[in-house]
Order: sequence, then structure tokens, then C-alpha cells
Amino acid sequence: MPKLESVAALESLRSDILARRDATRPCIAVCAGAACDGLDSITVATAFKSEIAKQGLEGKVDLRVTGCHGYCEKGPNVVVGPKDVCYFEVTPEDVPGIVSATLKGEVFEERVYKDPQTGAKAVHMDEVPFYKHQTRLLIGDNPKIDPMKIEDYIAIDGYAALAKALSTMTPDEVLNEVKKANLRGRGGGGFPAGSKWETTKNAPEKTKYVIVNGHEGESAAFMDRAMLTGNPHKVIEGLIIGAYAIGAQQGFIYTRHDAPRLVEHLKAAMAQAEEYGFMGENILGSGFSCNVELHFDVGIFVSGESSGLMRSIEGNAPEPRPKYIRTSVSGIWDKPSNLNNVETWANVPQIITRGADWFTSIGSERSKGTKLVSLSGNVVNSGIVEVPMGTPLRTLIFDIGGGVRDGKSLKAIHFGGAMGGSIPADQIDAKLDFDEMSKLGAPIGAGGLLVMDEDTDMVEVARYLLDFLVKESCGKCVPCREGMYQMLKILTNITEGKGKTSDLDRLGDLMEVTSAASLCALGKTASDPLKSMMRYFKDEYETRIATGGGAGSQAI
Amino acid sequence: MTDIVLNIDGKEVTAAAGATVLDAARQAGIHIPTLCHFEKLEAYGGCRLCMVESESRGKTSYVVSCLYPVENGLVVRTRSAKVDKIRRLIIEELMAHAPEAPELVALAREYGADKDRFEKEPIYCILCGLCERYCAEVKQKNAIGFVGNGPEREISFVPEIAAKECNDCKECFPLCPTSYLQAAFVLVESLTFAPAAAEPVAAQG
Ligand SMILES: Cc1cc2nc3c(=O)[nH]c(=O)nc-3n(C[C@H](O)[C@H](O)[C@H](O)COP(=O)(O)O)c2cc1C
Ligand code: SF4
Ligand code: FES
Repeated sequence: MPKLESVAALESLRSDILARRDATRPCIAVCAGAACDGLDSITVATAFKSEIAKQGLEGKVDLRVTGCHGYCEKGPNVVVGPKDVCYFEVTPEDVPGIVSATLKGEVFEERVYKDPQTGAKAVHMDEVPFYKHQTRLLIGDNPKIDPMKIEDYIAIDGYAALAKALSTMTPDEVLNEVKKANLRGRGGGGFPAGSKWETTKNAPEKTKYVIVNGHEGESAAFMDRAMLTGNPHKVIEGLIIGAYAIGAQQGFIYTRHDAPRLVEHLKAAMAQAEEYGFMGENILGSGFSCNVELHFDVGIFVSGESSGLMRSIEGNAPEPRPKYIRTSVSGIWDKPSNLNNVETWANVPQIITRGADWFTSIGSERSKGTKLVSLSGNVVNSGIVEVPMGTPLRTLIFDIGGGVRDGKSLKAIHFGGAMGGSIPADQIDAKLDFDEMSKLGAPIGAGGLLVMDEDTDMVEVARYLLDFLVKESCGKCVPCREGMYQMLKILTNITEGKGKTSDLDRLGDLMEVTSAASLCALGKTASDPLKSMMRYFKDEYETRIATGGGAGSQAI
Repeated sequence: MTDIVLNIDGKEVTAAAGATVLDAARQAGIHIPTLCHFEKLEAYGGCRLCMVESESRGKTSYVVSCLYPVENGLVVRTRSAKVDKIRRLIIEELMAHAPEAPELVALAREYGADKDRFEKEPIYCILCGLCERYCAEVKQKNAIGFVGNGPEREISFVPEIAAKECNDCKECFPLCPTSYLQAAFVLVESLTFAPAAAEPVAAQG
């Protein structure tokens, strides 16, 4: 493919691609996202391929292997377009049935959704309870794209936002649109992306960098991987638009080394984006150039922290930097470096295409747009969910999640992994909003939501999370390294029935000093889960210490 | 460069732009305790003992003075109930590992720290990083490094370099705030297990 030299060339390529496609032709999309892949969905895809060949249906039925569809609980997932008929828990044996039904314009009843209580069926995506309460602006494209094929992305208006920005907007106009959209960072802090971009843009150094944080170290969070693996071009497009607005000549994508499919898709997407002229020199003939490099994490959680990540890109150990100066001003090699999360970047193209006014019409007052949430724990439907900000947790857990598993009752909701917090079931009507959830003590973090049922042992939950985090501390500063270690020892003693009445007092001091005195946000927020326990579940701790054990059941 | 005027413990202090609060305090004869700080090395911010209370534009925060740059109008309190509490707990945490280190014993007396608050696990090293940074920054030999994360972190001599460099240097030993015996011990241990200089060094996995 020769490089696209202009916006017109892109539009003509898009028309060609669409002209070659028949929008009414059935297309079978087999999910190969992490969960379905784990269930060997590839054998299902292979079975479809041979069935199509066997029946000589090439050209009549299309097959596409895609990234995560979202409903991980019921994988392997298959969606048949154009009407989006959803099949769940598909096995290779179901394949001939699905193909014949599809050809006849019928539905293969055995594998459609059935309500666990009433048995009522739901056939199309917008009727399946898990999907119908969602607003899938980002993840919704996954079933429509083979991530290895840039043409699939172009076919659904891919890179139109980049073309619009480069050909009709100045960098300042792009920046202002993102500021007006009030896009807040999805990586944990909810910091306004526009102001961060502006800081880097205004920093005096000429050389500037833009970076995608695709480390996703938070336990029980899988949405960044789902985006990057299933729709890598959307993130690349967002990054290049950001580079244009900020005036950066170089981008970095920092992501997991341990996800082979993600790495494969990203490498292919970057090569294709370069070949087509969406990144590299003179992008779409605009005169703007931006190269992008791929970097891999070193398998430690703190390498997702901004300054640690930048040290890692420089080739050093990812030790957070103790500078009272922001990375947006002095980051990689002391140059202004704007870091955003995968999901933050993925939001950028639609803000440019559809405008800030459209974006701000979605969400709550101070948190705009949608949020991807990884739903897991004791919930009926685990998976990756996308809802407007401001959606009540009840909708997430009951309408979408199908409620608590095995008919048990809800005890607590945990957000934000090892640096988040747990709130009790009576907060079920709280809204998924950066500020509201922070105030409650369960900040959204990256968006990992754990549902905990009546049997959950809240001492064990805190112990389990600390046990994870203690190994992830880089060990540089005393309050984090020693503070977490001591908290873990005390909690372990309590769970083993060896708690003392003075323990709560010692925990109180440790929590206070660890959060006040640690160097980076890992230490500063390491005691947040425990703080939420002391706020909502303190009696459980007191009882455990007083009765000396009576260990409950499971953690999460 | 214009000088910066700030207030430390009620005293007006002048410092050069770019100086840290610790520099400014020391110049003015105000004492702030430190464990990982050494003039010849880049500030590190690891021990967190030098934390102070700072007030800037009506906002109170707790910052490490060895890194925090001075700014005009900054109000600094080197002691307060919260600062003392932070220091006390840090001392208590470190005394679980080095209960007899003279510097810690003296600090414990000053801050009323209880050396027995946390269960003892003496390992002597408090990971201040002075030896490691001295070797890297001043001597530029990198004979010592950290290995491991979190509580597993420890200092370790690189045998191939240590065998060549350390015997005639040992300049890092007196920097150790706990007891340089530990450093010496680790050194001896590494040398004992080091391959003989003539033999080819096996590649490290
Ligand atoms: C210990 C630690 C780990 C982090 N890990 C991640 C991560 O895996 N992904 C991420 O996007 N942000 C992570 N962050 C937050 C980043 O430091 C940074 O705030 C974020 O990437 C900025 O992007 P945003 O403004 O778009 O959210 C982490 C922070 C800390 C303290
Ligand atoms: S807070 Fe923890 S992770 Fe961060 S620098 Fe200190 S020891 Fe390292
Ligand atoms: S002297 Fe400032 S942190 Fe150690």
C-alpha cells in the first residue's frame, strides 16, 4: 500500500474499501479476547473457517476474528452481523448449525441468551441484558474489527478524526476541544487531560513527548488490554492527534510484555499505520510528523506510575522520581512528557469527530463521557462493561452484572484494586463518578470493580490486597516499604487469630504515616483499602481481634 | 539569580533560587534530621525523615525538605505534632531492623520512639542507599547495587567489580548510618563467593 499523501487519498481509499464490501452480507465475528482465547475460541474460529470452505460459502459469509466483545462470562462469544445476533458459549460442534441458520436468515436457538430465571430468550445484542444497559462508544467497535487489518478500522471511519484535525483545525483548536470536552484521565487520577496537554505544550523545551500508559497493573482490570488488543488503531489515532495538539514529535506506547496477542496486534497496527502514513513523517501530507516507539514494562506494578514509567522508557529501573516537578514539564530525558492512559487516548478521536458538546452531553456533571469497567468477583456476569459516567452502581452490578452469584446477598463493592477501597452494599445507589466515588473512599481507579458477597471476609480482603502491593513496592522509601510490611504482618496475625487490641492503634498510625510520607502514589494510596475497612467494616476487625480468629471464608 | 525569602520556624531565611528547604534550613542553623542525605550526592528522598510541614498559598502539605525547592513566601515548620509523628513512626520501623544503631537510638530518644513497637527482624541495613550512590556518583564504579523489591530489597556488591575496586577504597563504610560491619560482611561474603579473577565469569541468568 503506498503511503496516503492527503486527506482526499484517505477518503478515496475509504470509499474503495466500502465499495468492495457488501453491508448486507453476513459476517461472523468470533471473539479472541483474553477470556474467550483462554476458552480456546480459536478452535471455534477454525471450525467456522472449514465450514465456510466446505459449503463453498466464501464471498457469501465473512468471518472475522476480533478482540474482546465484553461478555467474558459467556465466552466463547460469537456475534453475527449485520443484525448482531449474539451466540454464547459456542463450541465447534455448534458451528454448522450457526452457519446454516445464518444462511437462511434464521437464528440458531441453542446458543442464544436465555434468562436464567424465566428462560426468556434474547437474540440481538441490543436485547441481551448484559449489553442493553451499556453505552459502548469505545469497546463497541471491537466486534467490527479484525485488529490485524487496518482496513477494518478505516471502514468504520477510522483516522477520520486525525484527518479532520490535521486538515481543518489548528493545534490550539484541537487542544481547546479536548479541554472543552472536560476529558478526565482514565488511568486512576481523573486529572483533566486538556490541562495536562496544555502544560506540556507550554513548557519551554522544544522536544516534547506523548506517551500511552498501557501498563494496566491494577488487579482485576482488563479494559486497557481489551482496547489495545482489540482496537489498537483507535489508541494510535488518539495519540497522534494529541501529539499534533501538543507539538510533540515523538510518541511512546508503553505496555505489557506478557500479553502475546496484544504485542502482536500492536506491532502490526503500528507497522500498518506507518505504511499508510498515519504516523511517521509528513502525516497525510500535512507537514506534521510524529514517530512512535513501542516499549515494554518490566513486570513490576510501579512501572505504571508516571515517573517510574518514564525512567523505564529511558532504560533505567522504574523507580519513581522524587522530584517536585511534574513529568508534563520534565519527564523522559527531562523533556516535557505528556502521559495518558489507553482509555483516555481512545476517547480523543470521537471528541474531535463529534465535538466537545456531544461528549459533554454524556455523563455526570463533573465526569463526562463513558467509562470502561472490568466487572468481576462474585457477580453473575463478569466482563468488560462500558457505561456513561454517573451510572448508578446498581445498574452495573444488577442490571448488567445480573446480581450476586449463587443467589447470595451483596456485602461490599470494591473499586480500584490494591490502591482503591471497599464500600458496603447500602451504597449501591452511588454513582460511577470520579469525585463521588473518591469521597466514598472507593475511587474508581482504572475501573476494576469487584463484587463481594455475604461470605467475604473483610480482614482477608485487606490482607490479600496488601500482600499483592507489598511485593510491588520498589522499596526505595521507608514508609512504603516498611509501613506496608508492618501492616501486612499485623493483618496476617489478625486473620490467624493472633490479633491484639493494640493492633488497631498501630494500624491507624501506619496508615496515616504511609499515606502522608511515601514518595510516590503507590505508597501514598497503599493503605486506602484498609482505610475504607476502618470506615465501614471496623466492627468486623474488632470482633475478629476480640474472638481471636473464627476465620471467615474466602477473600475475593 | 535572585534570592528567595522564606520563613522557617518563624525565622526569615534567604536562600538561592534552586536551593532546597534543607539547604536553606542548614544555612540558617536550623536542624532537620536526615538519614539518606549527603552533600556530595544527589538528593534521594528515601528515608523521609527530613519531612517538614510546608504552607504555600494557604495550603498545608508535608514535603521532604531534602528535595523540596525553596519558594518565595513559603512557610516551613520543621517540628509539629504531625511531623513528629511521621518521624517517630519511621524511626520505629527502622529500629525493627537496626535496634542498636547509634543514630537511631539518639533519634528515638529525641522523638520518643519505642524501639520495640514492631517485631524485631534485625538485618542492620536500613537501605538509605548512601553506599550505593556514593559508589555510583562519586567513585563511578557501581560496585554496589540494590536487588529485590519492597521488603525484599537489599544491597549487594557486584563481585567482579568489588574484587577489583573495594579493597583499596572502602570509602563508603563510614557513610553507613547503622554500622559498616554489615557492608564489610556483605563484601567479604561476595568476595568469598566470587569466581577467581583468572577464570571466565559465568554469564548471569
Ligand atoms: C503505582 C502506580 C501504578 C500505576 N499504574 C498505572 C497503569 O497501569 N496504567 C495507567 O494508565 N496509569 C497508572 N498509574 C497512574 C499514572 O501514574 C498516571 O497518572 C496515568 O497514566 C496518567 O494518565 P491519565 O491522566 O490519562 O489517567 C499508576 C500510578 C501508580 C502510583
Ligand atoms: S512509595 Fe513505594 S513504590 Fe513509591 S518510591 Fe516509595 S517505596 Fe517505591
Ligand atoms: S534526607 Fe530527605 S528523605 Fe532522607
